[in-house]
Amino acid sequence: MYKLSGVTKNYPKGRSIVAALRGIDLVIEDGEWLAVQGPTGGGKSTLLQILGGLDRPSSGIVEFDGQDLAQLREAEVTKVRAQDIGFVFQTFNLIPTLSALENVEAALVPLRVAGPARRQRCTMALEAVGLGDRLTHLPSELSGGQQQRVAIARALVKEPKVLLADEPTGNLDEDTRDEIIGLLETMWRERGLTMVLVTHDSSVARRAQRIGLIKNGRLNFRQHRSGQASRVTATHTGAATSEALPAPPSDFDAPELRAADIPDSGGRDSGSEPADTITFD
Amino acid sequence: MFFTYLRRELRRRMRQAIFIALGLALGIGLVITVTAAATGVKNAQGSVLKSLYGVGTDATVTKAPKAGSFKPGSFGFGFRTGTTKRPAAGTKIDTSTLGGSATLASIGASSVTTVADLHDVAAAAGGLTLNDTKLSGTIPAINTNGGGGGSGGFQGGGSSGSSGSGFQNFRANFNTSSFGVDGVDLSAGELGPLSTGKLSAGRTFTAADANSDVAVLDSSYATQYKYTVGSTIAIGNSKGTATNFKVIGIVSEAAGDNPSDVYIPLAVAQNLANMKNDVNTIYVAASSSSAISTVSSEISKALPGDTVTTSADLASEVTGSLSSASSLANNLGKWLAIAVLVAAFLLASLLTMAAVTRRVREFGTLKALGWKSRRIVGQVMGEAVAIGIIGGAVGVGLGFLGAELVTKLSHPLSATVGANTTGSATPGGAQQFGFPGGGNGGGGAGGGSFPTNGSGGGGFPRGGFSRAAADASHTVVTHLIASVTPGVVILAVVLAVAGGIIAGMFGGWRAASLRPADALSKVA
Repeated sequence: MYKLSGVTKNYPKGRSIVAALRGIDLVIEDGEWLAVQGPTGGGKSTLLQILGGLDRPSSGIVEFDGQDLAQLREAEVTKVRAQDIGFVFQTFNLIPTLSALENVEAALVPLRVAGPARRQRCTMALEAVGLGDRLTHLPSELSGGQQQRVAIARALVKEPKVLLADEPTGNLDEDTRDEIIGLLETMWRERGLTMVLVTHDSSVARRAQRIGLIKNGRLNFRQHRSGQASRVTATHTGAATSEALPAPPSDFDAPELRAADIPDSGGRDSGSEPADTITFD
Repeated sequence: MFFTYLRRELRRRMRQAIFIALGLALGIGLVITVTAAATGVKNAQGSVLKSLYGVGTDATVTKAPKAGSFKPGSFGFGFRTGTTKRPAAGTKIDTSTLGGSATLASIGASSVTTVADLHDVAAAAGGLTLNDTKLSGTIPAINTNGGGGGSGGFQGGGSSGSSGSGFQNFRANFNTSSFGVDGVDLSAGELGPLSTGKLSAGRTFTAADANSDVAVLDSSYATQYKYTVGSTIAIGNSKGTATNFKVIGIVSEAAGDNPSDVYIPLAVAQNLANMKNDVNTIYVAASSSSAISTVSSEISKALPGDTVTTSADLASEVTGSLSSASSLANNLGKWLAIAVLVAAFLLASLLTMAAVTRRVREFGTLKALGWKSRRIVGQVMGEAVAIGIIGGAVGVGLGFLGAELVTKLSHPLSATVGANTTGSATPGGAQQFGFPGGGNGGGGAGGGSFPTNGSGGGGFPRGGFSRAAADASHTVVTHLIASVTPGVVILAVVLAVAGGIIAGMFGGWRAASLRPADALSKVA
């Protein structure tokens, strides 16, 4: 689905330039669930924005489904985004003046879906996330978890190829967090989505198939020593998915990366930057 | 989605939206009120000028006389001092002399046709404004020593003292009177000096009367001198002989008008005054009120050397509170309204931009959802225009209210025409008679002067000439009715929508320039 080559992003900050991403190479397969962890300011959100076409890289290729997003005109990127990419944000980002149903409908407006057909589709999307009885509620009348569900419905109603989630559980309490991640996982599994989930929460990250680590603008992949959270495995074990994964080693938590874990030129593939496809065992 | 989103957003920002709408309403209401007041003033001016000018007359053409050319008509006897030719004592004098006007030179009747043929002229009529001066009495015996003093001819008043009692004696033997006679072009229909009159007795002229000795009298003159329909009135000619005219009708003119005393057919008047084929005023009706200035320039081109006066020209001579009201409405009022409107537009724009800044995250999310910039700008624009329309509606209401207030609170306005005019073009209006040569009084062209009776003073005798002096400044009182025309309401709507669009453009530009990444970036 995605193939990033040599993607860099620089921001001017006052007089100096901040390098948010430094030469990222990344391949994401169709239907893969990738988690991206890293310290604040490391470039997680920037990477997600580039994947979503919300920002252009300073250099490099961002190949999405065969097209280089970096080369497309703004109008075309917008079209791709409208059709193929769904977003879920940490702060939910629902339109405060619109009801839950209308918020989901907003996703179909650029696709020129209108009228009863649109309403029907959006109602079903909300029912799928368990909010069929809250269609006319305003965001202010919904709890955090419920708002995030609306956001997920909104992201998925257009049946996108990709779901990009930026700290989707960051503003939620622990129980709700599990609920939401469970919902995301269910959706990912049922619809064959490609999902990229940015999080600093390890318990969330380890539910993904692959975890990338971004620090100082560089992306690396850890060996996911525990079992693979593959779709195939999961369909057999159903709700016990999380249990199928043994507890990850304690050094797995991002803020405590050891220097040895960050490959340099003497890493796995000699001379080349890591972060290519690594299959888990 | 568009209207739902729009409605909800306005509801969220209701207080601010109302504030902006009220600001626009104030500006628009003021524009409407000021425009209505200006329209009312223009209408008042129009009615004033109509009463002076006659209905249907949009312009008049006159010719200023050359200096010294005025021949007041020889008064029956050419009596110069120092000549030996002198009528014998005891001779009875009874003359009625019809002469032209001091301020209106003759224009050939062919000019009337020239004007009538012009493109934007609907009709043209010629008129002859004349004065009939009567002199009657007996020549007394005269002391030659006292004759004339050294100043040539008899002066009224001032110089009489030097010549002794002989003059007073002389003067006391004569009566003079004069009245105005207007020759009316019967083929002109509604155009001309009779047009504002209402027939109060008898009938007015028909085409058949063109060469008849018939007269229509002004009602106040008729009442004063006890004429009725069927009476006879003696009208003189250029030689001093009188002809009897039959009074066929009496007209009363509106209080503001400046009527002549007697109206007779133009051809007859031309004959009597020995001014065949001459007129001294052309009354012109334009094809439409918007064509008046075109007509004015066309006539000036066709008849160079003649003076064209339109109601607009007269308007500039109007003094009094009406003209003050006019300049107030057009200057102060207009600028005030524009200033308030500009302020309202500015306020709307700034507040709209600020509101957009507060919705950065919202718009960023919409962009992330795939909404085009255009669509988001359209939303902002729609909200602004909606506020503008609401402001416009309230503004129209305020405008009507304001116009009502202006009408109720305004004092009656007075308009004075002619106090300062040089009497250039208004027949029957502001005519000031000054004999060319000023201080020489009646000596001018050699005709003998005649003794005055009673008024003395600087050469302005009573009667026809003094009629002009007394009427020289003419005041009309009128009321200001501020009227809101449909055109102004449409203007208000246009302004309201324009205000919305301008504010929307500022806000939309702000919204369009948001980058989704920035809009969605987390704090710090």
